[in-house]
Amino acid sequence: MTIDNQPAITHRGDENPIDDVRLGELNLGAIDTVQLLTPTGQRISDLRYDAWVSDIGDQQLLSLYEDMVVVRRIDTEATALQRQGELGLWPPLLGQEASQIGSGRALRSDDFVFSSYRENGVAYCRGAGLTDLVRVWRGTAQSGWNPYDINMATPQVIIGAQTLHATGYALGIQADGTDSVAVAYFGDGATSEGDVNEAMIFAATYAAPVIFFCQNNQWAISEPVTLQAQRPIAERAPGFGIPSIRVDGNDVLAVLAVTRAALERARNGGGPTFIEAVTYRMGPHTTADDPTRYRDTADLEKWKAKDPISRVEAYLATAGILTPESAEAVATTADTVAAELRAGCISLPDPDPMTVFDNVYAEAHTGIARQRDHYSRYLRTFVGGDDR
Amino acid sequence: MTTLTMAKAINEGLRQALAGDDRVVLMGEDIGTLGGVYRVTDGLQAEFGPRRVMDSPLAESGILGTAVGMAYRGYRPVVEIQFDGFIYPAFDQIVSQVARMHYRTGGAVRMPITIRVPFAGGIGAAEHHSDSPEAYFAHAAGLRVVSPSDPADAYTLIRQAIASEDPVLYFEPKRRYHVKGDVDVDAALADARPMGTARVVEAGSDVTLVTYGGVVQVAKDAAIAASDEGISVEVIDLRSLSPLDLDTVSASVRKTGRLVISHEAPLSGGIGAEVSAAITERCFYQLEHAPVRVTGHDIPYPAAKLEGAHLPDLDRILDGIDRALDRPNSLTGAEER
Repeated sequence: MTIDNQPAITHRGDENPIDDVRLGELNLGAIDTVQLLTPTGQRISDLRYDAWVSDIGDQQLLSLYEDMVVVRRIDTEATALQRQGELGLWPPLLGQEASQIGSGRALRSDDFVFSSYRENGVAYCRGAGLTDLVRVWRGTAQSGWNPYDINMATPQVIIGAQTLHATGYALGIQADGTDSVAVAYFGDGATSEGDVNEAMIFAATYAAPVIFFCQNNQWAISEPVTLQAQRPIAERAPGFGIPSIRVDGNDVLAVLAVTRAALERARNGGGPTFIEAVTYRMGPHTTADDPTRYRDTADLEKWKAKDPISRVEAYLATAGILTPESAEAVATTADTVAAELRAGCISLPDPDPMTVFDNVYAEAHTGIARQRDHYSRYLRTFVGGDDR
Repeated sequence: MTTLTMAKAINEGLRQALAGDDRVVLMGEDIGTLGGVYRVTDGLQAEFGPRRVMDSPLAESGILGTAVGMAYRGYRPVVEIQFDGFIYPAFDQIVSQVARMHYRTGGAVRMPITIRVPFAGGIGAAEHHSDSPEAYFAHAAGLRVVSPSDPADAYTLIRQAIASEDPVLYFEPKRRYHVKGDVDVDAALADARPMGTARVVEAGSDVTLVTYGGVVQVAKDAAIAASDEGISVEVIDLRSLSPLDLDTVSASVRKTGRLVISHEAPLSGGIGAEVSAAITERCFYQLEHAPVRVTGHDIPYPAAKLEGAHLPDLDRILDGIDRALDRPNSLTGAEER
């Protein structure tokens, strides 16, 4: 990333200004970065992690490729739906497909995900329905799905709050004596939140089976990662007593490998692991954002060269797996998914006004009962309101 | 009947909850080995082990946030916030997560979390150890808020709070911890007074005096003092601050025509304001005088030697009763303001 437009801040006792650290670059800082597939599509070996993906042959890689293409297509379609007034807002994940598919496909169905609002790729892996991905953004519900149906919590809007929920859920797993794992997804901005730091303390103290999966996408709306961290984020976790891995977040194979390693560690009673997936938010923060106000297009071009999909495409093409026919099949699948998403989105009915009172409490509440009754009477004063 | 202090009554309620449901888990600062700074959880870790009664790191948001995750997993966390003034770091997790999760998920995810908070003053404590923050939580939809005033109610309400499928803030008046009372520890919960209801603790006919928590005893004393002057005071212990049992209060006010509300928390935006407005809406034509509030001032909690100038005591409550009855009082000759 370029941080040339950022003031060089020198911190006490360190003569190197922080822009020498290049927090978003790979292979910088004290922790090395795991990579198994280079941006040009070269499969490289890492003896620590090769075994974790030894079952991923070309066909399996093609499947991961298809997932990424489909998720990017979902993202494009949802962005279009927002532009057409069908969604109030959409938080694009463009550029983060490998981080989300690689980690999402590593999970077992009985693992439980606590994510932020950008993890639509993870939700897709968990089995969320296409329409479920847009309910919240169309404003018809505050949760797209029943969390217990796909073992993924309602995506969290309060930055970092879900890391504690994942940790608490992991304590429950531990008490139940099962080998499921809770996974918290959050971004580089969230690492400044007290909750994320408290979550790491609780997780380390109780050796909770939880993975802290940080997608360092370089930007918290307009704030570069250098405003959150003076050292690579992955370096923070060891201070809490949590092993940490830094991975090329645009390398689906490497992300799959490190996530599997962390899951296995948690399942075997090894406690929490922190993963920093170094990636880049190629789109705006949300459809309401204008990144041209705060970042250089040259930065974007540089990261396009590290695109998570094109490197797999290059690899598969060289391997003779991705032919014009198979590429066409993947594209057709993606278009079918997009059409289904669009149809489901625009046919979502507006909820009944009286449902605003539903589920405030699980048990009867006299205050809500009074207000429900009053509002219902009020609605009945309108013509056509008799059926309420 | 067993004679117990309020602290011991809560302890007994917690013990029964832990014994009766292995999904009940206690978490908080110093609640395990020490048994809590007020010894409310004394002996529970020894009996149920460190995984059911967990000493937590010193992070209140962490306590509440992990409780949310445990509830997500099907547990019923009972967390202790060591002192009233320490709850603010957890405010976001309480109002943004605990209170709303059931609503957010369309009823799919329940948050049966009990948040125990030793609260309010009268014990000569340092700053941040005497706050009355209950109104913040009564204002947050999705939470229930209760406060017991004696050992029997403390025992009933803690069991009801833990049994509730909704999150409950349970405010324990610190100055009542060591006062003893009769508790029927074998009473079935099904027969107990429901959690969301108020209780007439002294019947009377001239004025209704509404309060809760540590001020209930002050109000009862004030009622006795008033009776010496021939004034019959009906004292109501709200017990529940969300929801408010307005039926019980309005039934009383329809009878007396006069309403005094007292609490330690500051005046503006407090529980007294809500009771006053709600009862005025319901009993406008039965009221003989505007509702009177006798509360803490709109000030940060003062130094210990000054808390007597802040807390509503017997004489200030009697003065409020005089105001409600149009008898000579501190504001006689002054504009009501």
